[in-house]
Amino acid sequence: MSAAGHISSLGPAEAQLDGPPDPEGQKRGWAGYLLLLPGGLWLLLFFVVPTVTLVATSLYDPAGSLQLGYQMTWHWQNYVDALQDYGPQFVRSLIYASIATIACILLGFPLAYAIAFKAGRYKNLMLVAVIAPFFTSFLIRTLSWQYILGDNEPLVSLLRTLHILGPDGYLLATPFAVVTGLTYNFLPFMVLPLYASLEKIDPRLIEAGADLYASPITTFRTVTLRLAMPGLVAGTLLTFIPAAGDYINSELLGNPQTRMVGNEIQDLFGAGDYPTAAALSVTLMSAIVLLVFLYVRRAGTEELV
Amino acid sequence: MGTDLQLTSVTKRFGAFTAVDDLDLTVPQGSFFALLGPSGCGKTTTLRMVAGLEEPTTGTIMLGEDDITRLKPYKRPVNTVFQSYALFPHLTIGDNVAFGLKRQGKKDVAAKVTEMLALVELEHLAKRRPGQLSGGQQQRVALARALINQPQVLLLDEPLGALDLKLRRQMQLELKSIQTEVGLTFVHVTHDQEEAMTMADTVAVMNEGRIEQLGPPEELYEAPATTFVANFLGQSNLVSGSVAGARGDVIDLDVQGTRVVADKARARVTSGEVWAGVRPEKVYLSSAGHDDGSGVNTLSDGVVSDVSFVGVSTQYLVRMAWGQELTVFEQNTGARERFRAGDKVDLHWRPEHTFLLDASQDASAGVEREDA
Repeated sequence: MSAAGHISSLGPAEAQLDGPPDPEGQKRGWAGYLLLLPGGLWLLLFFVVPTVTLVATSLYDPAGSLQLGYQMTWHWQNYVDALQDYGPQFVRSLIYASIATIACILLGFPLAYAIAFKAGRYKNLMLVAVIAPFFTSFLIRTLSWQYILGDNEPLVSLLRTLHILGPDGYLLATPFAVVTGLTYNFLPFMVLPLYASLEKIDPRLIEAGADLYASPITTFRTVTLRLAMPGLVAGTLLTFIPAAGDYINSELLGNPQTRMVGNEIQDLFGAGDYPTAAALSVTLMSAIVLLVFLYVRRAGTEELV
Repeated sequence: MGTDLQLTSVTKRFGAFTAVDDLDLTVPQGSFFALLGPSGCGKTTTLRMVAGLEEPTTGTIMLGEDDITRLKPYKRPVNTVFQSYALFPHLTIGDNVAFGLKRQGKKDVAAKVTEMLALVELEHLAKRRPGQLSGGQQQRVALARALINQPQVLLLDEPLGALDLKLRRQMQLELKSIQTEVGLTFVHVTHDQEEAMTMADTVAVMNEGRIEQLGPPEELYEAPATTFVANFLGQSNLVSGSVAGARGDVIDLDVQGTRVVADKARARVTSGEVWAGVRPEKVYLSSAGHDDGSGVNTLSDGVVSDVSFVGVSTQYLVRMAWGQELTVFEQNTGARERFRAGDKVDLHWRPEHTFLLDASQDASAGVEREDA
């Protein structure tokens, strides 16, 4: 036993013995930066510059226009106006995105679990089935839901017959339709990272849970779910973030009362009101970053790395 | 109050494959029991059935007075040290060890965890995670995590398989001393015959879902019951012969034209065709024609075909007149000269070291192949 203890105590001491980096190591350091260059340039050009431009636009004088040009006047009032005019849409976006994300978890977790542990030789087939809808355009898939949920289509007729919907009840052009569309469109983004996390779990850990007096439910809670957290967090982000900014589902499946912040931003850009559109975009971005930050801290995934 | 583990005619089939075939086994309380066999012999399946991770197709498993055959694993007073440990990567060492106690709603978990980590000398690592530990340390955490629950039976599934040779030898002695200290029943599954013999009070050699032989290590080694045991546990020279007669406690044999004597006590068959066996280290060599006294068995006119020096001993291959190569181990005491390839030698051993096996068995059963 003492020998093994010895090994562990040697570790840090050895690390301290490391001298200054040799020339060979420095060369390797440069190679690292060179490799970062293409990606770094890409980020600079297509992320940093647009973001700075967007933030700058949000502070322009709204009296300007694309034709006349804009004046940078640090016009913070843009934010106040945007939130006053579009507060409800903003809150609605976050609520719809949250509901869709929760629905994706409820639908996606059992699916990912089944693919990871129960699918056997059908595993790849099921994964392909999850990804297959991507071969069709996002727009067409969303438009198809107009038929599925349409007033004269089988689903609504059935629900009317069963008295789940009233005789004049309908599904299309409701918040339900918008959230359904969001859930449908972003489900693969929940399933795939969850699958990746679940698939990595050694089945012996689940046996070890059972061996150590944990019932299947307790084992799921204390072992499986904890080990699936990285996938769950990634899936939540990949679902919530685009869902909160989405406008297609609301546009095609909703009504004027289900408009989301994405719809307003799109309209404002279309109408040439760049400063307000930019202010609304920056607000949405900030809100998402804040929520994501709080969520990741709460989920505590850094423990798992 | 005995809580012996008792398996009665247990069979486990996976589809058409029979992993465990009508197994009867009793493990006395407090013993260190080893299930030894090559991979695929059913030893791990047997262990998993005791743990509750597999359900027997037929048969019963009793723990003391309780039938646990169909009891869920989390309701059994049995814990397992898994092969490659299966430590929870998201929990600290302390939380890993505490896992079983917490699930049972026990009190004073923290104090017991500290005590258990002290037993395996890892108390300073309680806050670390499994990924930060060496293989030997992880092995001890796995042991502590199982032992802390004070199971009636502790199951060990190749627990030392992932360790390097030196650490493995050290852990063997430690496991044995921990078992003596805590006094629990240990059932140890291994394919390493040396490991089984070093640690266990009783060894059961398994092959193709059945137990070939069961007993204390010395008994299995000195008086193997089958060619499989003779070859799997150490090495054996098996020479075909026939029984010529019996007188008193001994049996006279005709082995390739030479008279050889065996004790009845080690004879599994007492008539007809036999395999006459002798362990390589029981045999000593002399130059051909150099009579080494009476009362010993002698096979003459061998030619040394290969000499390997392995430090403590020298291993000779000796080609006999009938074409078979026999193995002889000689301690390097330095008192005797070493033979060289091509030397003509006679082989000698004491009659009581001869064991007789039924000639209907395959003489190469259980020989460890190089690719194994």
